[in-house]
Amino acid sequence: MTAARSARKGTLVAVISTLVVATLLAISIGSSPSWPLVQKAFFDGTYFSTSLPDVIGAFAINIQLFVLAEILILPIGLLIALARSITSPALAPLRIFATIYTDFFRGVPSILLIYVLGFGVPALRLPGVPSEPFFWALVTLVLIYSAYVSEVYRAGIESIHPSQERAARALGLTRFQALRFVVLPQALRRVVPPLLNDFIGLQKDTALVSILGVVEAFKQAQILKSANFNFTPLMVTAVIFLVITIPMTRLVDRLAAKDRAAQQGGTR
Amino acid sequence: MARAAAKRVAAPVLELRGVSKRYGRALVLNKIDLSLAEHEVVCLIGASGSGKSTLLRCADLLEPIDAGSITLSGRAVHADDRDADTTRRQLGIVFQGFSLFPHLTALENVALAPRVALGLTAAAAEKRARALLKQLGLAAKANAYPDSLSGGQQQRVAIARALATEPKVLLLDEITSALDPVLVADVLEALRALAKSGATMLIATHEMAFAADVADRICYLEGGEIIEQGSPEKIFKTPRDPRTRAFLKRVRSVGASALR
Ligand SMILES: Nc1ncnc2c1ncn2[C@@H]1O[C@H](COP(=O)(O)OP(=O)(O)OP(=O)(O)O)[C@@H](O)[C@H]1O
Ligand SMILES: [Mg+2]
Repeated sequence: MTAARSARKGTLVAVISTLVVATLLAISIGSSPSWPLVQKAFFDGTYFSTSLPDVIGAFAINIQLFVLAEILILPIGLLIALARSITSPALAPLRIFATIYTDFFRGVPSILLIYVLGFGVPALRLPGVPSEPFFWALVTLVLIYSAYVSEVYRAGIESIHPSQERAARALGLTRFQALRFVVLPQALRRVVPPLLNDFIGLQKDTALVSILGVVEAFKQAQILKSANFNFTPLMVTAVIFLVITIPMTRLVDRLAAKDRAAQQGGTR
Repeated sequence: MARAAAKRVAAPVLELRGVSKRYGRALVLNKIDLSLAEHEVVCLIGASGSGKSTLLRCADLLEPIDAGSITLSGRAVHADDRDADTTRRQLGIVFQGFSLFPHLTALENVALAPRVALGLTAAAAEKRARALLKQLGLAAKANAYPDSLSGGQQQRVAIARALATEPKVLLLDEITSALDPVLVADVLEALRALAKSGATMLIATHEMAFAADVADRICYLEGGEIIEQGSPEKIFKTPRDPRTRAFLKRVRSVGASALR
């Protein structure tokens, strides 16, 4: 009874304080002498509704990019993570390659890689190598985010207590079988939240490929902006990205909270 | 016992000869000679640190040995690393802290090795797993996840899991020491039933009464050596070596209900 009442009281206080802060912010921004100009340049209702269909249409390209990239990244990232956890000396080159790979692609700014790969490789005019910007945009995003995701996988694999692998080996499972049936299934469950986090980053980064001339949402907004000398289409793009990323962020938070609860509840 | 006498004739299933093991400079096992005949139950007793766990781990090829030989059904197994997985399938081992796989149900825990390591079909592996769970009194818990099982139930699932590859020998390391007394009784009862059904077992234990009851032979270890071995009768009633006597005296004075 009292707990429910105090919870309701808490919500009420939160709502009121949020409203007060929001109102104060609105008043102080709105009272700025240049606000009308800014509002016209960035938040124009007419431009908003006229540019919305075009930007949404172009956003289909972003969706294609990140969906395709995510499908490719999931297995590639896993392979790299597995290559990094190889202990056999005969396969050391593989491990070293995987280490260099992740160090490199996590260390270089994304926009630079998109530039170099997107303009550089097609310029080589290698026979049989596609030159479409979309293709190279996809390749670059996959290369970069596979490096990030492999680290997520690796952390997940390392979080599984060694006694699990030992138990599997004692049953006569080979190292690979122990990994495949005992370690990985547990590790994959744990990596879902951080993995989705990386995917949120990836989805935002699809806007970077606009520099290759791919007409995705951000590029489309820039085109409209230049045509009308008004920045509102860019705000439209921001809203569309938020519509995708905010629910995903909330989902990550909830999954992570559930994981924590399960861990505190005594699951090993 | 007549049962034990009949066993003497059979060729040993598992045989350790002159096995030594060092951790750094410490000699943890010193020229161990130990053989198990088929259907024989041998209990290892000895103070903490005497080398019981190490002996079991070496026998299961989980630890390399520094000298001596290990043979399983007449085949030397200690040397060829490549076949270690095959050998481990023929030996079942359960440790006190041997966790079950938390992402699998009791049934799946038991069925995994038959399916994956032995290559049984899923249906055949499941059938075997169900039979084993039933044998250990866990038929009702087949679909439970380890987290929802009591410690004693978990330990029995671990025993079923170790039995699922139909090992020639079952190695058990103090599997009751983390359990409260009520659960201990359940697990020991399951082991007694296994012994009766003819399983070959090598058991490290601090439960003297249980050892006296279930074992065909007791080995007393101290400082990595087998000081004395013989029937429970002989070891507990008329130990010959003064070190064995001293150990048993200490155990009894602690109040462990050793022998009635
Ligand atoms: N991995 C290891 N590295 C170094 N020393 C070890 C290792 N494992 C065991 N030892 C040492 O070997 C000796 C025997 O240990 P072991 O675990 O076999 O004893 P135990 O008889 O099983 O004892 P307990 O009854 O306490 O389980 C101990 O002195 C221990 O400290
Ligand atoms: Mg021990």
